Amino acid sequence: MNLNATLFAQLVVFFILAWFTMQFVWPPIVKALDERAKKIADGLAAAERGKQDLELATKRSTDALREGKEKAAELIANAEKRGAQLIEEAKANAKVEADRIVAGAKAEIEQEAVRAKEQLREQVAALVVTGAEQILRREINAQAHSDILATIKQDL
Amino acid sequence: MSTAGHEAAANAPTAGEYIVHHLTHLNSTGHAQKSIIDFSVINLDTVVFSVLMGVLGLFVMWRVAKSVTSGVPGRMQAAVEIVLEMVNEQAKGIVHSAESRKAVGPLALTVFIWIFLMNSMDFLPLDLLPTIWQTVTGDHHAYLRVVPTADLNGTLGMSIGVLLVCLYYNVKIKGFGGWMHELFTAPFGSHPLLYPINFAMQMIEFLAKTVSHGMRLFGNMYAGELVFMLIALMGAAWAGTTTGVFLFIGHILSGSIWAIFHILIVALQAFIFMMLTLVYIGQAHEAH
Repeated sequence: MNLNATLFAQLVVFFILAWFTMQFVWPPIVKALDERAKKIADGLAAAERGKQDLELATKRSTDALREGKEKAAELIANAEKRGAQLIEEAKANAKVEADRIVAGAKAEIEQEAVRAKEQLREQVAALVVTGAEQILRREINAQAHSDILATIKQDL
Repeated sequence: MSTAGHEAAANAPTAGEYIVHHLTHLNSTGHAQKSIIDFSVINLDTVVFSVLMGVLGLFVMWRVAKSVTSGVPGRMQAAVEIVLEMVNEQAKGIVHSAESRKAVGPLALTVFIWIFLMNSMDFLPLDLLPTIWQTVTGDHHAYLRVVPTADLNGTLGMSIGVLLVCLYYNVKIKGFGGWMHELFTAPFGSHPLLYPINFAMQMIEFLAKTVSHGMRLFGNMYAGELVFMLIALMGAAWAGTTTGVFLFIGHILSGSIWAIFHILIVALQAFIFMMLTLVYIGQAHEAH
């Protein structure tokens, strides 16, 4: 329990030991601990980022799928519309063609009828003249009455 | 503890002689110090064992620090890291300057490890090292005390070291003028009549802090050592008495119980000394 110079020796040893720890023990271990803490923090951040990326990718793929479906549906709708349009057009064309053909046929028939009438008229006229000739052979000259006959022919 | 307790009995000193012998330091004079304070004397055993313990502790930590990795730590590194983290957490809570902590943290770690190891010298059989020393020197009355923290010089030396660190931070943080101002105006206030009272209170505070800091550790370890001696004496009384068997059993029982309880004291006192070191240095950082 006596005090003596040991006190000062202990005091000096105390500071030397503290200095040694301060210089060679504490800094490397604290540095390693900080580095490990940073590594763990980075790892956690990377995991979080990965999760977010996955979420984003999932969302993007869903979007792409939906977009593709929409586009396909639109294409089909367009094709259907175009088809209907084509049919409509074809129908219209066919109708015009039919009308034209009918009109042509009608005109031809008309012409035929006119020509037939003409022929008929000629033949009737010829017949009438022949008949009249035979009836009138004896009493009248065909030449003398040719203008009357022409008038009759005209009226037929 | 006291496997060699009965050896003391064989040399046949009285109980009083045995204890006094065990409480006498191996000092530079070769005999027990006469006066209470004599700075021409130095306790060789305290110096040697405290340096030995300090070097041992720091060597182990230095080996770990040299091969330290931020990857997966080995067991030894993990153990050192646990202690270091514990000290660092305590330091963070008490000393708020990160700059100061770079010095205070290592200081607190050194204090903790060093005192823990010095206190642990108590676990060695009480008479083991003294007997070896007596055999080596050939002097059967050679003195040797192996627990440096059971020497008031050892503990006061450390607490004065802490005081010096506190004074350093008082001046560093507050400036010499600021610290002087605090010495004369705190705790009672700034009035010329109060200056001497304030100053006296501050001086008492520094003195009380330092003395109680050193005395607390010393008292605990000294008392612990003394109890080991008494237990050893109880076992030593076995020789030659009929009730001795019970004393022998009592020695083993109480020796075991006290040693186990002493593990707590060893760790606790090291922790308390470290915490008070941090608290006192933390106080030096705070202006009143």
